[in-house]
Amino acid sequence: MSTREQVLGRIRRALADVPHGETPDDVPVNRDYLRMHGERSAEETAELLAENLADYRAIVHRTTTAELPGRIAALLAGRGAGRIVVPAGLPPEWLAAAEGVELVTDTAALTHRELDAVDSVVTGCAVAIAETGTIVLDASPDQGRRRITLVPDHHICVVRVPAQVVDSVAEGLERLDPARPLTWISGPSATSDIELDRVEGVHGPRTLEVVLIHE
Amino acid sequence: MSGGTYLGMPAFPEAASESTQNKQLRANLTHATHTIRDKRAKAVAELADWPQLRAAGAAIKNRTLRHLDHYLEQVEAAVEAAGGHVHWAADADEANRIVIDLVRMTGETEVVKVKSMATQEIGLNEALGEAGIRAYETDLAELIVQLGDDLPSHILVPAIHRNRSEIRDIFAKEMGNWGRPAPDGLTDRPAELADAARLHLREKFLRAKVGVSGANFMVAETGTLVVVESEGNGRMCLTLPETLISVVGIEKVVPTWQDLEVFLQLLPRSSTAERMNPYTSMWTGTTDEDGPQTFHLVLIDNGRTDTLADTVGRQALRCIRCSACLNVCPVYERAGGHAYGSPYPGPIGAILTPQLRGTQSKLDASLPYASSLCGACYEVCPVAIDIPEVLVHLRERVVQGGEVTLRGSRTTIKPAKGHAAERAAMRAARWALDHPAALRGGQRLAARTRRLHPKRLPGPGKAWTETREVPAVPAESFRDWWQRTRGKETK
Ligand code: SF4
Repeated sequence: MSTREQVLGRIRRALADVPHGETPDDVPVNRDYLRMHGERSAEETAELLAENLADYRAIVHRTTTAELPGRIAALLAGRGAGRIVVPAGLPPEWLAAAEGVELVTDTAALTHRELDAVDSVVTGCAVAIAETGTIVLDASPDQGRRRITLVPDHHICVVRVPAQVVDSVAEGLERLDPARPLTWISGPSATSDIELDRVEGVHGPRTLEVVLIHE
Repeated sequence: MSGGTYLGMPAFPEAASESTQNKQLRANLTHATHTIRDKRAKAVAELADWPQLRAAGAAIKNRTLRHLDHYLEQVEAAVEAAGGHVHWAADADEANRIVIDLVRMTGETEVVKVKSMATQEIGLNEALGEAGIRAYETDLAELIVQLGDDLPSHILVPAIHRNRSEIRDIFAKEMGNWGRPAPDGLTDRPAELADAARLHLREKFLRAKVGVSGANFMVAETGTLVVVESEGNGRMCLTLPETLISVVGIEKVVPTWQDLEVFLQLLPRSSTAERMNPYTSMWTGTTDEDGPQTFHLVLIDNGRTDTLADTVGRQALRCIRCSACLNVCPVYERAGGHAYGSPYPGPIGAILTPQLRGTQSKLDASLPYASSLCGACYEVCPVAIDIPEVLVHLRERVVQGGEVTLRGSRTTIKPAKGHAAERAAMRAARWALDHPAALRGGQRLAARTRRLHPKRLPGPGKAWTETREVPAVPAESFRDWWQRTRGKETK
């Protein structure tokens, strides 16, 4: 007998008390919890997103579509970023104003070490969740492979407001496709492993800047 | 440098008395548990529907457990359809053998690891070490534990028993033996220590070809695995290597994608007291040109089906490893994590370990007594595990023996009466109750524990209850009751 059969057999014997014919749906799950917490206008939801992102030490900027290229250029210049990795499908106009930077396009051929020598990464996102201050990346063409938002030390993530903003975790999950690789990001990485002192920035990008563009 | 081992640990009371005398450990623990406890209460209070979420979390897990075979077959099919490979392991040895073989197939001799309780439980690092494969722990706390040749003491902050200057010394002394040495002149500032870890581990992440992880959840309908973390070492291990091996307990499955809306609210708030933890990774099989191109899921039983066979004890399998129960436990606060002799410390360890391993050893028989039954653990548990109920149930099993399932077979175990196990258990009970902090807790919730009093008193009071049922319950606290009955017996 294979281990698989053995384990499944043990489970079936262990569940001898479960009436024959009971289906999973016969076990009630009451979903009377809230779908979202509180009532908000779209503007208030964006405000809450900004607040919660900032509360977990992301740096939040708000701008318009027209002013976005200038804003991104200024953020990169402010850090003295010279090499920028960008996903293949990033709208080219986002970086139109960035001068004197070398753009490295995300490809499968890019090695981990090459990526480690990059200063910043600029991406879009799939959805942003206001109640938890979370942005979610799903590796779409404007976000790229998971590793490009992990290895560089500085991540600029652009969120379209209100189109990409939802209130709650439940609404966020509904918009996401589980078949895609997903990364949920709520502030830069952190640890409290040393005497519970919170230290921001361990392995991921130590600086996370979220740019909310109001369309 | 394979790290410590739990084998041959003394029974709970001896280990607990030892750690109680360690002032540094006690101070660290008190600070830690109280800090997290207060923060958690605030994070939970933000959600008006916490009780409903908690009930839903418990119900979803019950649904899963009652139809576990169905959901495991479903998750297996979904993972394989998405390009992953699924392996089954009946026990720790088999799981270790599978992982060793999978690593060998890659031709590699080192792996990077993200913190996982399941791999600690099966002693994977030691097994890999014996097979000539070096496993690098990458979670900051696990790194501290591994470099210090030590054992974790808390689920969430495993190095909580170490203070900053100890950590500095460990880094300065040991990092060089494992890879990139600590920078010269390293101080004990936490930010500097974290930075040293970043540099030390970056080397390993960039060259790693094999990653090993656990998972917080597996979604049956989609085959998605979920890892919740803070530091980014998880993302590194899950995305940079060519091969990913995830070792996951069979109870980690949840039925649907939608179910995550419950657990992704319960877990971060209950665990790190955050609205959301910094990073959560979700992946389904493999994705072309993004992340590992080979993915293995190793499903482990290792005592879980034995636990499932016990209709009272099975609720322990609902646990989502948030560690909230540790932080409110007066006995844990005194005894420290190591006294529990397994990777699962605190109240959850007291009910899970004796079920996963059985109650034959002195240590495992003493664990159900490592509690004052104050009930605080039940109150904070985000999936409403009635830990005191299971503790009492297991005490009865230790003392009275009876039918249990051990490695899949029905077995009748003998009562521990008169055996070394019983003496260890009694000392554990006495230890737990002799400590003022434990007693305060005991008093606070005395009314609640009333229904939990065993019909026949295990331990020292047993002879006394031989002739009468335990009173149908007096309005006295467990503490008073215990002291009175024990007083009679020990005079
Ligand atoms: S038993 Fe409950 S409180 Fe304790 S770790 Fe598990 S889920 Fe958390």
